[in-house]
Amino acid sequence: MIISVASGKGGTGKTTVSASLAAVWKRPVTGVDLDVEEPNLHIFLKPDIVHEEKVYLEVPRVDESRCTLCGKCSDLCQFKAINVMGSAILTFPEMCHGCGGCLAVCPEDAVSWGTRQLGTMSRGKSGPIDFLMGSLRVGEAMSPPLMRQVKDRLKCDLARTGSDAIIDAPPGVSCPAVNAVMDSDFILLVTEPTPFGFHDFQLALEAFAPLNIPAGALINRSGIGDDSVQRFCQEQGIPVLAWIPFDTDIASAYSRGKVIADLSLEFRQKFSQLAASIIEQIGENEACPK
Amino acid sequence: MSKIAVTSEGPGLKDMVDPRFGRAAGFVVVDTTTKEHTYVDNGTSQALAHGAGIQAARLMADAGVEVVLTGYVGPKAFEALKAVGIKTVQNMDKISVGQAVEKYIAGQYDYAQTPNRQHH
Amino acid sequence: MPEVVVISGKGGTGKTSLTGAFAHLAQDLIICDLDVDAPDLHILLSPAKRSTHDFYSGNEALIDGSRCKMCGTCLEMCRYNAVRTGHDQYLVDPMRCEGCRVCVDFCPEQAIAFPARHCGQWFVSSTRFGTMVHARLFPGAENSGRLVTLLRNRAREASKEEDSSLILSDGAPGIGCPVISSLSGTDLAAIVTEPTLSGLHDLKRVADLCTHFRVKVAVIINKCNLNPEQASGIQDYCRDKGFYLAGSIPHDPEVTMSMVDKKVITETADSRIAKTVRNTWENILSIL
Repeated sequence: MIISVASGKGGTGKTTVSASLAAVWKRPVTGVDLDVEEPNLHIFLKPDIVHEEKVYLEVPRVDESRCTLCGKCSDLCQFKAINVMGSAILTFPEMCHGCGGCLAVCPEDAVSWGTRQLGTMSRGKSGPIDFLMGSLRVGEAMSPPLMRQVKDRLKCDLARTGSDAIIDAPPGVSCPAVNAVMDSDFILLVTEPTPFGFHDFQLALEAFAPLNIPAGALINRSGIGDDSVQRFCQEQGIPVLAWIPFDTDIASAYSRGKVIADLSLEFRQKFSQLAASIIEQIGENEACPK
Repeated sequence: MSKIAVTSEGPGLKDMVDPRFGRAAGFVVVDTTTKEHTYVDNGTSQALAHGAGIQAARLMADAGVEVVLTGYVGPKAFEALKAVGIKTVQNMDKISVGQAVEKYIAGQYDYAQTPNRQHH
Repeated sequence: MPEVVVISGKGGTGKTSLTGAFAHLAQDLIICDLDVDAPDLHILLSPAKRSTHDFYSGNEALIDGSRCKMCGTCLEMCRYNAVRTGHDQYLVDPMRCEGCRVCVDFCPEQAIAFPARHCGQWFVSSTRFGTMVHARLFPGAENSGRLVTLLRNRAREASKEEDSSLILSDGAPGIGCPVISSLSGTDLAAIVTEPTLSGLHDLKRVADLCTHFRVKVAVIINKCNLNPEQASGIQDYCRDKGFYLAGSIPHDPEVTMSMVDKKVITETADSRIAKTVRNTWENILSIL
């Protein structure tokens, strides 16, 4: 099973929760960093990287000797990645979304596949935890194509090893965040009990609702703000699976890259309970299909 | 004679230079010999989510423009303009279109060798 | 009129709470929320909408079931697995559709339409501190930076109409396209950071961006007492780079409490933290 840890708002403690959850997970587990723009999970899990590979997107390459400047590719391309201008044909590989339209539409067979590097994919081990991370190349503007390839790899790995996965998803409610959590079995939303936290939590729920994936909340820094998130969850029937108090020890451990679950027995138990509740939630959902 | 285009906030010589190239409201195209001018609306580029600069460069090539006067040009638009042999003059913003044209005719300009704006 | 944008590379630094307070302290201004992915400033300012406008960006494929013969061409050609087969018909999953138009062009029945994608709405509103221009992207929609540019242009128009003396914007987070759109042509960027490893890391990235766009920088260290060591590291960094340090603001639960009351920190009691925020704003004005 795949559990995604997400949050509508940045800075809620999503990564540190992902790391703690992976640390207490009872079954074999892979910690996956899909926050490819700012991957931080490795700071907490400190894996030994055993393999790193470059990830590419297929983009068009034009054979100018065959191109008749008919403009069919240029008319089709929605991203201005291939352009007939005056008497020139110009490609912008970094604009390409890899849809393959230009290749298919060219009547002269003048377009073939080249590549653009999207970033890297790293695999490693942190004790018993398998680790998988996508890291976007600086200057690369699109994260979903890289995320898709990391997820494909994850699917293969899980099919082979039968382990579970905990995904650290990118923050926010836009396209990359939805892409990250799309194929998971459960979404854990990390939020905080402030009006901003509450508002972004609602946005995230709304963004993920069409996916029909069961979700639960973790309220971080509880004790600050008010109880509006909690009341909302009660009304909407969204399970609140854990509360992490606002605590300067946690804040300071975070600034040093420590896993909260490793701070004390109490925290470890808290996260073990969280893990058990998540499994229970997924089980319940399977028992009564929609 | 040469045909120059100025990124513009409106259709006339009194309008201000639009500092942006790709997302400019439009282009005032001026024939430097006859001083006649026409207006090319840039609505199609403005509506694009991505690649407005490239689309605008395509518009310029189709209009047969040789020189573009503007404020800032991004790297892709710059490359596109260069590929079709259009020269660019940057930092022409904060004045009117007419003033930009006069500056150009008076020779108070340098053709840009590099784009003055980063990835957008 | 000068334009000030409040930004922070990292989320959760307190950027919006400070923007709200600055909007209170500044007189005669236009307020603009450029954080269109997850806008929060309206929570503090309770804007009353004067006008609402739709925002469209890109396109999406839409299969006309009555014309579709289920030949499988789109299914085969879509590289995003966006075409779904279910209940005796083909459907495009809008969440996976990239809007590339390949299926539209290659459909032998011409059964696929390609309407503009309705991505969100934007508003011009009244608040107790002045006119506010803001937006809301629909969840899951793509933020292209174009909406940010649109809001900034609208704020400039409003500023001209009202002859206001300042445009204050809550900037987009991160260092990508939206934040670049919030920065270009701005007079001053107030960067809110916090004394953590990632705080400093993101400050550097976003400050580089400002330097590149020749935008004046003022740095604010928020929650400075959470890690004094890191805070002084940030001070050193600012000194080395010649960035103006406009203020160091301690963590104070009062900020959250006033947020709960839908107020900005300088509106509630004239506490120490409110004074620090006030001084910070005066410092920013002094270098504008």
